[in-house]
Amino acid sequence: MPERNLLAEFKAGNIRGLARAISLVEQRDPSVRHLLEGLANGARRPRVLGFTGAPGTGKSTLVDALVSNLRESELRVAVLAVDPNSPYSGGAILGDRIRMQRHALDPGVYIRSMGARGHLGGLSVATREAVRLLGAFGFDEVILETVGVGQSELEVAAIADTTLVVLTPGLGDGVQMIKAGIMEIADVFVVNKADLPGAQKTMQEIRSMLSMGPKLSWRAPIVGASAIKGEGVDEVLAAVERHRAHLEASGEAAERAEARLKDEAADLVAEWARAQARRLLDQDEAVAGRLRRDRIPYAAAEEILTRAGGRLVPEAART
Amino acid sequence: MSEVAAAGAQVEEPARPVRIVLAKVGLDGHDRGVKVVARALRDAGFEIIYTGLRQTPQMVVEAALQEDAQVIGLSLHSGAHMTLFPAVVEELRRRRAEDIVVFGGGIVPEDDIVELKKQGVAEIFTPGAPLQSIIDWLRNRFPAR
Ligand SMILES: Nc1nc2c(ncn2[C@@H]2O[C@H](COP(=O)(O)OP(=O)(O)OP(=O)(O)O)[C@@H](O)[C@H]2O)c(=O)[nH]1
Ligand SMILES: [Mg+2]
Repeated sequence: MPERNLLAEFKAGNIRGLARAISLVEQRDPSVRHLLEGLANGARRPRVLGFTGAPGTGKSTLVDALVSNLRESELRVAVLAVDPNSPYSGGAILGDRIRMQRHALDPGVYIRSMGARGHLGGLSVATREAVRLLGAFGFDEVILETVGVGQSELEVAAIADTTLVVLTPGLGDGVQMIKAGIMEIADVFVVNKADLPGAQKTMQEIRSMLSMGPKLSWRAPIVGASAIKGEGVDEVLAAVERHRAHLEASGEAAERAEARLKDEAADLVAEWARAQARRLLDQDEAVAGRLRRDRIPYAAAEEILTRAGGRLVPEAART
Repeated sequence: MSEVAAAGAQVEEPARPVRIVLAKVGLDGHDRGVKVVARALRDAGFEIIYTGLRQTPQMVVEAALQEDAQVIGLSLHSGAHMTLFPAVVEELRRRRAEDIVVFGGGIVPEDDIVELKKQGVAEIFTPGAPLQSIIDWLRNRFPAR
């Protein structure tokens, strides 16, 4: 699809326009700016739910059930499923769609698998921009799914309005989660696979862990569910709604929105500056020569910032 | 690909990886073979979106559009290749997405392969074909990476 058609395809509601735009975002193509600024809905933000948890805890199955539930209210739902790429080959097998096949032909549902591809600064910049595109395209709810094994769950938490941490009975998940610092990011705990033995015990463990932590204005509820049987899904959504109401009532929603925008602007500056710095380092003999002579980077870095000035904005993003 | 990237404003990130929707069409119910292919292609640097068993041509094409995949790989062992493979090509045409390349794997007789290629299936790999031949074919088809 030629680039010039992208905006038209996107505006016309063609899913291919959206899909291609998200690819540009994944590639960190700065020209996406013009697409977003050119859309009447460019600043429209959808509601964002983030699901994270250890591999195989049932996140995708749960997301699938939740999508059904949201579709009953006629909400348009997008799912962004983020998985790590192989650090060796750069390739990936993205398999979250398998669990969501019943929504495959529903025009009110969009599912996109994203490889994390080792982006600098992690995934957050790309994911945030993808969320923007989805909002502008008309989706009401965006669900992010990511495996909680590294940094990505923290990034998801920074983007989502409500973060759900999915655990399962037994397996000592709980202990691992504390180690990984994942407890702090949970707005809602879901103990999935509650059809298996030990769910009550796991819920009790989380409860006592939380009671040892600091008193917060929001106490993360712990919901039992069996995604595979469709049980507890209403309760999960009810907990999300309560959290949303809390964010609104406490003024936290507005605060978080502002903090998110600031993050977004700061990350963009860092990304743009880094790209242009690389260019100067590779192409500008004065900067490169200085670095070679100094063998220590501070003066070269200062020179780049001083000299680059307005040129820090990548050409493709200039107006 | 975007002229923007070529202009060098974006020098850090790699070019667009080749994204491939892999699906089992038809009613046969095991996916060992396609999973082996998925792993080999991942290890060769491709991004594989695996959509699972019993996919209809509509589902496969919709997934490829949503995922912005450049390639669809179909696996079929039920003998219905002469209807299902062309149905995917036809659905791509209907959705104005003929640029998406379709290849297939399965037990397909030589004569049928000739006919399927005429109908727009780019390549067919039969069970004896080494995995490397699929990788080489894809790399040849998408030399950018
Ligand atoms: N018993 C039981 N199994 C479940 C339940 N939910 C999901 N599963 C199974 O758990 C396995 C993993 O489910 P997924 O939904 O793919 O889990 P996931 O967390 O998305 O997995 P990754 O994305 O690979 O991290 C599948 O075999 C599911 O059928 C449940 O409520 N009960
Ligand atoms: Mg999953």
